[in-house]
Order: sequence, then C-alpha cells, then structure tokens
Amino acid sequence: MNIASFAPLAVVLPILGAALTFLLIRYTRAQRAVSIALLTLTLTLECWLLASVWEGGTAAVNIGGWLPPWGIVMVVDQFSSLMLVVSSAVSLAVLIYATGQGMADGDRDAPVSIFHPTYLILVAGVSNAFLSGDLFNLYVGFEILLTASYVLITLGGTGPRIRAGVTYVVVSVVSSVLFLIAIAMIYGATGTVNMADLAIKLGDLDQGTRTLLHVMLLVAFGIKAAVFPLSFWLPDSYPTAPAPVTAVFAGLLTKVGVYAMVRTETLLFPGDALNAPLMVAALLTMVVGILGALAQSDIKRLLSFTLVSHIGYMVFGLAMSTVAGLGAAVFYVAHHITIQTSLFLVTGLIERRGGSSSMDRVAGLAKLSPVLAVLFFIPAMNLAGIPPFSGFLGKLGLLQAGIELGTPLAYALVVGGVLTSLLTLLAVARVWNRAFWRKPSDAEHPDPVLLAAPEDSATGDRAGRTNVTLLPRTMVGSTLGLVVFGVALTVFAGPFFRVADQSAQQMLDRSPYIQAVLGENAPVPPAALPGQEGGGK
Amino acid sequence: MSVNLTLLTVMGALYACGIYLLLERSLTRVLLGLMLLANATNLLLLATGGYAGLAPIFNKDTPAGDYNDPLPQALILTSIVISFAVTAFMLGIIYRTWVLARQDEIQDDAEDRRVAETPSFDAEDDAVIPVETSEFPLAMIKAAAEEQPGSLNVDPRPEGGGK
Repeated sequence: MNIASFAPLAVVLPILGAALTFLLIRYTRAQRAVSIALLTLTLTLECWLLASVWEGGTAAVNIGGWLPPWGIVMVVDQFSSLMLVVSSAVSLAVLIYATGQGMADGDRDAPVSIFHPTYLILVAGVSNAFLSGDLFNLYVGFEILLTASYVLITLGGTGPRIRAGVTYVVVSVVSSVLFLIAIAMIYGATGTVNMADLAIKLGDLDQGTRTLLHVMLLVAFGIKAAVFPLSFWLPDSYPTAPAPVTAVFAGLLTKVGVYAMVRTETLLFPGDALNAPLMVAALLTMVVGILGALAQSDIKRLLSFTLVSHIGYMVFGLAMSTVAGLGAAVFYVAHHITIQTSLFLVTGLIERRGGSSSMDRVAGLAKLSPVLAVLFFIPAMNLAGIPPFSGFLGKLGLLQAGIELGTPLAYALVVGGVLTSLLTLLAVARVWNRAFWRKPSDAEHPDPVLLAAPEDSATGDRAGRTNVTLLPRTMVGSTLGLVVFGVALTVFAGPFFRVADQSAQQMLDRSPYIQAVLGENAPVPPAALPGQEGGGK
Repeated sequence: MSVNLTLLTVMGALYACGIYLLLERSLTRVLLGLMLLANATNLLLLATGGYAGLAPIFNKDTPAGDYNDPLPQALILTSIVISFAVTAFMLGIIYRTWVLARQDEIQDDAEDRRVAETPSFDAEDDAVIPVETSEFPLAMIKAAAEEQPGSLNVDPRPEGGGK
C-alpha cells in the first residue's frame, strides 16, 4: 500500500522534466536525454503501481494531507493504473520516434526545441486525468493536456496547421466550458466535487436533476472522445500535425475522454438510464466513421476516421454496463491506444519514404522498403480484427457480451460491429493495395524521393534530399517496439483479459473505490448495477 | 440555496452573446465569444457558492453559517488562469493567421473540399476494362491484353530504379 502513495509522482516527474528540458532548451542532446530518462522512470513507477494494485486493490492518496471530501485525492485502481502503464509506454515510444526524427533532420534552429517540454506537460496532464479522484482535478488534468496539445498541434505555425489548430482549439475550449458548467451544476446540487463522495450523494437527487447532470457530463466527454454527432472536429484537425504529434493525440487524447466517460457511467451515474442513447451513438460512431474513412485518399485522414469509428466499439462496451461488456471495452481501449499510435507512426515513415501521405502519390513500398510493409501490415490487420490479433479478441469479447445481453439494440450493435470490422479491413486493404502493392511507376504525381530509390532503404539512403535519412533507425526501431507491444497484447491476451474483467468488476461494484477514498466505514452505495446480475433487464 | 438574480441575468446575457459570437466566421469574434463563455461560467460557479458571507478566515466566535463558501472561488481562480492562457494562445494564433493569410476568417479544409468534389467514378474499381495496377498481373488479364494491345497498361513501363 505504501507504493500507491508515490502515485502523484506520475504527474510530478513529467512536470519536473518539462521544467528541466525548458531550462536546457539550447542543449538538444541533454534535452533528449532528460526527457527520455524521466519518461522511462515514470513508466517504471507506473508498472510498479500496477503490480501493487493487482494484489492490494484500490488505493487513494490525499494530496497535502487534506481529508477526502474536502481535499484533492488521487485514486489508483486497476483500470487507472492499466491506462497509466499503456499510455506511458506509448508516449515513450513516440518520444523516441520524435527524437529520431529530430536527429535525422538536424533540428538545431527548428522550433522543435519547444517540443520536449510541451510533450512532457501533455504526459503529465494525461496521468493527472487518469489518477484524479476529484471532478475538478479531472478538469485541470484535461486543461493541462489540452493546453499542451494546442501548442503541439500548431507546432511550426504553418498555414494548414494554424487552420487545423483553430478548429481544434475552439472545439476543445467549448467542451471544457461545458465540463466546467457541469461541475458547477453538480457542486450546486450536491456541495461536493469529490467523485467517491458524489457517488453517494448523487443517488439522493431526484431523477430529473440526475439525468441533466449525467447528460451534461457525457456531452462534454463525448466531444473529447469524438463520439458520433460530436466527432467532426477530429478528422479535420489531426492530420496536419507532425507525425509523432498526430500519433500521440490519436492514441491518448480521445482515450482520456473515453476514460472519463467510463468513470461517469460506472462510478457517478450507475444504472442503465442512458444506455439506449449511448448504444445508438456507438452504432452511429462506428458506421459513419468508417464510411468516412472509405472516402479518403490521404492515409492520415483515413486513419483519423478509423480512430473515430473504433471509439464506437468502446462506447458499445461501456453502454452494455455488464462485467463482460465493460471488461472487453477496457481491453479494447488498451489495444486501440497501441495499434492506432503505431499506425500513425508508420504513416509518418511512409511520408518520409514516399514523400507524401496520399495513397495516390505513393506506390510500390512493399518492394522499396519491406520493413515498412511489415510494420504497416501487422497493426493494420490488428486494427481490422483479423483472428490471431488482439483487435480480434477485443471485438470478439464485445460481440459475445452483446449477444449475452440479448436486447434488439445489442444485436443491432453486434451486426454494426461486424460490418465496421469488415469495412475497416476494406479501408486498410485499399491503403495496402495502393501504397504498397502496385508498381512505383503507377503513382500519380510521385515525389522524386519515391522513385529515386537506392538499394538499401533500411539503413538510410541519401536520395532526393541532402543529408536527410529517409528511414532513420531510431524511428523504425521505436515503431517496431510499439508494433511488438501490440503483438504482445495478443500473446498475453489471457492474463490481460483477466485484469480487464477484474477492473470492470471493481468499477461496477463501486464499493472498493468509495471505501478506498472515504475510509472503510463509508456508507456503501445502495445498489450496484441493475444490469450486473441479470445481464440486462 | 438562494441566488442573486442580477448575477444570473448577467450570466444569461453573457452566455447568449458568447454563443452568438462563437458562431461567427471571424476569428477575433470567436475569441471574444470564448471569453464571454468563460466569464459566464465563472459567474455560474460563483452562484453555486450560495449567500454572500464573511471571508472564510477562521474565527472561533463566528458561527459556521456566516462564512462564504470558499471552494467556488478557488475553482473560479483556477478557471480564470486557464482561460487567460487559452486567450493568450488564441491571440497568438489569430496574429499568425493574419501574418500568413492577411485575413481574420477561418478557412475551409482543402482536403475536405477535394474529397467532397471527387467524382464517384473510380478508375480502378469502375472501369469497364479492368486496369491492373499490381506488380503481379493475372494471366487472364494478360490474355486480354494480347487481344487488344494498347488498351491496357500491363506493358512494363520504365521503372525509376525500383529494382
């Protein structure tokens, strides 16, 4: 239990790193070393936290020694520590990729020196949001990560990035305002912002007020998570950012929104009041998102649409509010963070190797760079849900839970899930056929870099651009590491699914969380979920 | 809990103006809209604090009910700091847009427009005679090419050093 009291370090260490790298802004090498070292340290700490929570159960830390309903509290349970480990592993891989890119391009005078401090602040914000046991602290966590992401998405300040950045900033600020309004209303109604305390006190409110607060929170988090009617900002704003930035955004930011939705649904407003609307939203998110992906010819935009579409699977698992469904959703979140990030990293490599991220302008990469082909193929098949991979296992879990639930809406979602999976396969197969499979000479308006291809592309060739390595080893290595991590999720899917199911069980039975925060003799909430025992109504 | 009607009216007016400005296409107005929204929300937070009361500095002679609730004020302070940072950042972006494009209006996404204007005809999928684009053409298509030479592009084109 003592280990859990180090949990705030997961937020403090990256912020410390941000301060150090900001001071070292003129010394690029030192900056790299500090940020990678601190992020590795954070990851180690979080693995330790996960190991301790696995055995010891949920733990809470009171910041500054203030007692829970009044002070700020950080809660480590299985779900949050799992999310911390996966998110830090992914952000470490992306950081190494980004430093590799910087080293390859020679970033002495580029504005990239601001990248390291901002990136670490982003990681701190994500950790804070995962650990927070207090609604307002969750809001602060969101704001930390959003403010850092505003800087990262407009990095370099070119025309398209500024244009995309404006959309992103305005939409994010509006969602934050909605979240703050929801917090103000909840405080007005209950007099507390502590989540464990709220779990008890929200039950005493009348149904109308509860629904109002519930919907406010879901809309605010739905914008951040890009759930269907609120998802149109995402494919517009993500693709223009630099490859590592898009990758980390795709992996982490929407998932923080999903995480907040999970907490809202399980801890604050248990029960199935809004399950039907959530299921409809999940279905539309899946289908509309993937249909958008099919229309794209730019790989980054296509992947942004698949990102939106696959958020639908997580919302589906959440909306079932059964142990099986929620467990599969937890598994799917971890799987999707890894896979989506590695796909965006590979797209960054495709852009370097082929000179463009448009499927029309790139061709023949399977022959030009077999390494790249393998790196793309594995996560792409994983995303589409082809049997041995974790994408298949996650989807299988969701579909099984849906059939177990057995309502007509759940069956509709099962059909929609299978359809989306097939259409995802179609979308990534189109990328494969055009960018990798056809002859290089068939590319429309190819970049000179693509065709002037020397013999060995993996070790670095110097064609087209002067002194620029097309596929630096660090970038390929970190992408490979993430792809291997994705495959490891498949290999260790058994124990991993067990953790996911256990964390779902704990979240649905809210007493471990509440007792960890408010003490052993806190009033246990009146009822767990109606859906828990009977499997739906 | 009682509330101050003036504050609530002001809050409603700020929300209305903020949302109206937010829907404009000019970036400066959007920024003004966001600022109004943030301030309206601060007023909402203030209203949740209930009665105006004494400053919450502990004095053992004062009964607990006479103090003002300090928590909403702490929340407002945080939210002011955050909206200050966002406003500064937005001003930077607006200035950058002006430097780059000499205009204050939000632009359409070029790729979005391009995809929307793409015809539904796809040369690879919808052509009457199939176009083989892979490196491994089917024997069937080869046979077809022998019948109609020149109509298909299976003939080896000069490859730019791909091999």
